[in-house]
Amino acid sequence: MNLDQFREKLGYHSLVLGVIALAASASLALTDNSTHGAIKAAEKRDLQQSLAQVLPSGFADNDLLKDQVTVKDADGNAVVVYLPRLGATSKGAVFEVSGRGYAGEIKILMGVDPAGRIVGVRVLKHQETPGLGDKIEAAKARWIYDFDGKSLGQPAPEKWAVKKDGGQFDQFAGATITPRGVVKAVKGGLEFFAAHKDEIFAAPPAVAGKEP
Amino acid sequence: MTYRAIIHNGLWKQNSGLVQLLGMCPLLAMSNSFVNAAGLGLATVFVMALSNWAVSVLRSLIPYEIRIPVFILVIAALVTVVDLAMNAWLHDLYNVLGIFIPLIVTNCIVLARVEAYAAKNPPIASALDGAMMGLGLTLVLVVLGGIREFIGTGALFGGIEMIIPGATAVQILPADYPGFLTVILPPGAFFVLGCLIAVRNWLDARAARRALAGTQPPAPLQIATA
Repeated sequence: MNLDQFREKLGYHSLVLGVIALAASASLALTDNSTHGAIKAAEKRDLQQSLAQVLPSGFADNDLLKDQVTVKDADGNAVVVYLPRLGATSKGAVFEVSGRGYAGEIKILMGVDPAGRIVGVRVLKHQETPGLGDKIEAAKARWIYDFDGKSLGQPAPEKWAVKKDGGQFDQFAGATITPRGVVKAVKGGLEFFAAHKDEIFAAPPAVAGKEP
Repeated sequence: MTYRAIIHNGLWKQNSGLVQLLGMCPLLAMSNSFVNAAGLGLATVFVMALSNWAVSVLRSLIPYEIRIPVFILVIAALVTVVDLAMNAWLHDLYNVLGIFIPLIVTNCIVLARVEAYAAKNPPIASALDGAMMGLGLTLVLVVLGGIREFIGTGALFGGIEMIIPGATAVQILPADYPGFLTVILPPGAFFVLGCLIAVRNWLDARAARRALAGTQPPAPLQIATA
């Protein structure tokens, strides 16, 4: 049987497809192997940067990426809570909440002190309208700093809303849904913290050098 | 086809953004700033050149009946390599381009060139064709992104530090320029792209008219192909 005849066989087709699939897999494995460390490092840097935004400098001196605990929220979703500490004193908790904006999910990182007061709130990711809804970004407007120092009792629960809904937080001209979603998510975050406070602070400090 | 003809074909005559109108999804979504456009465009150039080259090398081995699965496999593997590499080494830009890098797989211009050109031509010409088609798309993306960013925000090169560390955006209009939101939003991409296509057609028509006026007497065949 010469090569031209073999090329007409079904077996040849399978062989070609198989060999090319193998070569493709090999190249993917190779790339994954050589980029794995760099991607992990980049993601870690991303997280560190956002954590540093929420907490004022000097607020904590531990490695937040190691000092963390996973807590189940009311819906059963696992939430990773980072635990800032200064020496041996617990300084509160940092965790991610998400709200619904005008154009999908808004991911928010918030820091809370042990008494339940907000230390800082930052929007990590959103798809809101540029120029209208994106004023929730710290880089675009001061609005997000309004949350600093607020807690579940201050203002009163019914004031945890945008002004249009009778609350005390500003909405933006042309965008009400976005700030409404953020306010609701931050309030939800405070309620989550209040409900799981004992669980969060029960976590022992990370031992130096030990991965969580 | 000479290399010169391939370059002309990719950048102008068969420009994927302005003539073939293929790959509109990333074109319209990521052309809201110069840097985003350039980032996505260059990733596409890389994928197209390599996938064209790889398919061309393998072309005599691939049976006609299973060519499409093989092409898609090659393209998907290359895109994943680019995706991982950008995630690792251009992480900030990767965060912005996000899902549009994996979407290069579904960009029909990539498969179109592999099928229409690389499957029938030698490797070097194929790689050049892929690169030039990708570059043609990149040029349209960059012009589109530049115009939209300039009209929309009054600045250029916003986010350039993601590609070149230390570089900063250039504010061209006064800082109190209120911006023009429509141009940044998706409809703006259609408006500006429409204008670009019109300009390109006008330039082509003008060139054809001039070529016609220069020919004495006008040869019918040339009119037909001009």
